[in-house]
Amino acid sequence: MASICFYFQVHQPFRLRHYTVFEKSPHYYDDYKNATICRKVANKCYLPANRLMLDIIKRYGGKFKISYSVTGVVLEQFAQYCPEVMSTFDALAQTGCVEFVGETYYHSLAFLYSREEFIEQVEMHSQLVKKLFGQTPKVFRNTELIYNNDLAATIEGLNRFDAIITEGADHILGYRSPNFVYRPQGCQRLKLLMKNYRLSDDIAFRFSNRGWSEWPLTTEKFTKWVNAVNGCGYNINLFMDYETFGEHQWEDTGIFEFMKHLPEAVLKHPDNNFMTPSEVANAYDAADTVDVPHMISWADTERDLSAWLGNAMQSNALHEVYRLESKVKAAKDQQLLSDWRKMLTSDHFYYMCTKYFNDGDVHKYFNPYDSPYDSYINFMNVLNNLDSRCTPKKQVLQSVN
Amino acid sequence: MKVFMLGWEFPPFISGGLGTACYGLTKAMDQLGIEVVFVLPKAITSQFATHVKLVAPSAGMISAASQQVAAAKIGYFQSSEFKKVSFRTIDSLLEPYSENKQYKKNFDEILKQKRLLHKRLGSNGSKNGNSAKLFDFSDGGTINYAGDMYSEVHRYAAIAAHLALNDDFDVIHAHDWMTYPAGIAVAAITGKPLIVQVHSTEFDRSGENVNQMIYDIERKGMHAADKIIAVSHLTRNIIISRYGVPGDKVEVVYNGVERNGSRAALPEVGIENDEKLVLFLGRITMQKGPEYFLMAAKKVLQEVDRVKFVMAGSGDMMQRIIEMAASMGIGQKVLFTGFLRGQDVEKVFRMADLYVMPSVSEPFGIAPLEALNNDVPVIISKQSGVAEVLTHVLKVDFWDTTEMANKIVAVLKYPPLHMTLKEHGNFEVRKLQWSDSAQRCARIYGEVAYK
Repeated sequence: MASICFYFQVHQPFRLRHYTVFEKSPHYYDDYKNATICRKVANKCYLPANRLMLDIIKRYGGKFKISYSVTGVVLEQFAQYCPEVMSTFDALAQTGCVEFVGETYYHSLAFLYSREEFIEQVEMHSQLVKKLFGQTPKVFRNTELIYNNDLAATIEGLNRFDAIITEGADHILGYRSPNFVYRPQGCQRLKLLMKNYRLSDDIAFRFSNRGWSEWPLTTEKFTKWVNAVNGCGYNINLFMDYETFGEHQWEDTGIFEFMKHLPEAVLKHPDNNFMTPSEVANAYDAADTVDVPHMISWADTERDLSAWLGNAMQSNALHEVYRLESKVKAAKDQQLLSDWRKMLTSDHFYYMCTKYFNDGDVHKYFNPYDSPYDSYINFMNVLNNLDSRCTPKKQVLQSVN
Repeated sequence: MKVFMLGWEFPPFISGGLGTACYGLTKAMDQLGIEVVFVLPKAITSQFATHVKLVAPSAGMISAASQQVAAAKIGYFQSSEFKKVSFRTIDSLLEPYSENKQYKKNFDEILKQKRLLHKRLGSNGSKNGNSAKLFDFSDGGTINYAGDMYSEVHRYAAIAAHLALNDDFDVIHAHDWMTYPAGIAVAAITGKPLIVQVHSTEFDRSGENVNQMIYDIERKGMHAADKIIAVSHLTRNIIISRYGVPGDKVEVVYNGVERNGSRAALPEVGIENDEKLVLFLGRITMQKGPEYFLMAAKKVLQEVDRVKFVMAGSGDMMQRIIEMAASMGIGQKVLFTGFLRGQDVEKVFRMADLYVMPSVSEPFGIAPLEALNNDVPVIISKQSGVAEVLTHVLKVDFWDTTEMANKIVAVLKYPPLHMTLKEHGNFEVRKLQWSDSAQRCARIYGEVAYK
């Protein structure tokens, strides 16, 4: 048996506008850029990809299944800038073949800094998904697949999730294959789904790479690799950014056509099928216990936290923003709380990464700033203003002066 | 490979980037085993004359030269620092970056001194013949220097051309416009290929108010050259667009920086320890954007109090800038050190928390590399060639003084930013080495010499 389990990540941060130390305005976002990017990616990816998935689901009845993790911040932006995307996700939700995975509403690193805030954000996200798509998430994925034993235990403790998702990192799995269901170390009930990063990245990163020895990737070739798993694994977890379709891999690379024809090729083999993460967790027993004492993630080749916590600026910005938590919450100001939470989105810290900065790689491609230094300065200036809003009395005094 | 190099200034008398570049490049060439005849202008009457050990040229050399050359004082010397480089100094009033006005001032000063001396010696009469010999005015009391800078450039060219006849070399390498006529003359007389290196153009120095005579000399040099070396793509673009040179003739060779080993002891200055220091270092002239530095300083002081702004350098705008600081009401926060050289430059870098280069137009900009070398974070204008090679620095448009102030405040306020810039910047600058620049030049020499 080889069950293909697709999970697509859908996320866009609220990008900050250029904010100097001299500014006093409490509006922090680059509305124009956020709207433009949201609409651009909607037209290139979200809309055509959603339509394609709907078509495939209709064509194969209940046989083609997928899952999404859609962050709260991107859903807010869809509602604001391109509501038509919402209706296509809604249509997908109603097919019964689409599962929505839970995560932190703000795509944050809260688990590393505040358990209280982390749990609140998981709760917020679950409620939003329930409200919009009529289902309560049963599977959890943390921001950027950041994971360790502790996270698994916390998620099991919430008594709401059946499984958790993470990267099938080589240094964790060793000789073991990601194509089985596992049990996190220290958990009794929760199951662990690990990303098959080779097959996932064949689609997400290498699909259009002409220097790759396997280029061009055809559905036949890919299915051959899928079929090879039969007999030495049950599930193939293909986890990737949804923007793979049309944005990272442009339409003219043939990525949509590939996806359109993939189910047909996969389903030719009677032992293959498609499953959602919940179905995988329910269908298969844990093959082994996986021990992850240190944090892992799906980022870069290091598969660690260095993309968000690799230098002094990132660490400082994270500590400073979480230091404000009690102050912000004590202020009992909904707008302030929402602004603070938008600052927790992991992308802000990713922009400050100096790793590979010289090489002009993927980190740069998604970075709205010219340099990691500019992003740190901007973040800290905004944070400074946010801090000043936590003590409203002082603000009144200032305006009198 | 042997190079006839028409260069500028050598330590310890370096007044700016041009001298630093000539020195760094030549030193690296020496280490690569490239032979260099280094010719530079030097006013014998200047205060530095005592530091140069002049060797009398051999009789044969004199006889080969014309009357004019014989009249000119040429110094031949070697330096223990170099194995393959020999020096020729031509007595001349030419100085890098000087303007005709300044040249005339220097010229008049020398004239005055000579007359004074003549008077004094005259009163001693013929009784003391020996002392009269000491101040040799056998040229009849007239001086050799031309009365204006442009004529002096051509006089220098004529002497250099005759000087070149005594040397055997493969290529000529001339640095910046004042040596281009010399380069052209040497090429004409020897038939050797000419390379001109552009460290700055008239557009960088004067904006749109170009001096036509200088522009013409630059243009002529560029068109006469077999290859042009630009210090950045920024400069290469100016050469192509403003001087009508075909792009395939212009190569980019970035400058480097020397790693300095010994660290000077921290000096005592009237700046309190908990006070931050923001540094401007360069000529105080239009090109370097000193007024933008002041405007940014004014804005920084709205946010940060315990900070001083140091302007190290001198130049034609110095007076205006001092007055501007005063009229802005920040006079007590802005310190002027005057022109610094050698160890003093290093000392002021050691004291600084941040170096700002707000240049309006900077073909390259070696000073930011030196700042990073001294563990000082750097803000540079986007209108600089060095912005092409540095990533771990902050970059601003020179005119955007609010953003400049924003970034200055951030560096002063957030230690992690200061630290990250310093560490990554210092690491990055190690990759910019003169040996790479010298190697690229050597490749270009090879292309033109054996064409």
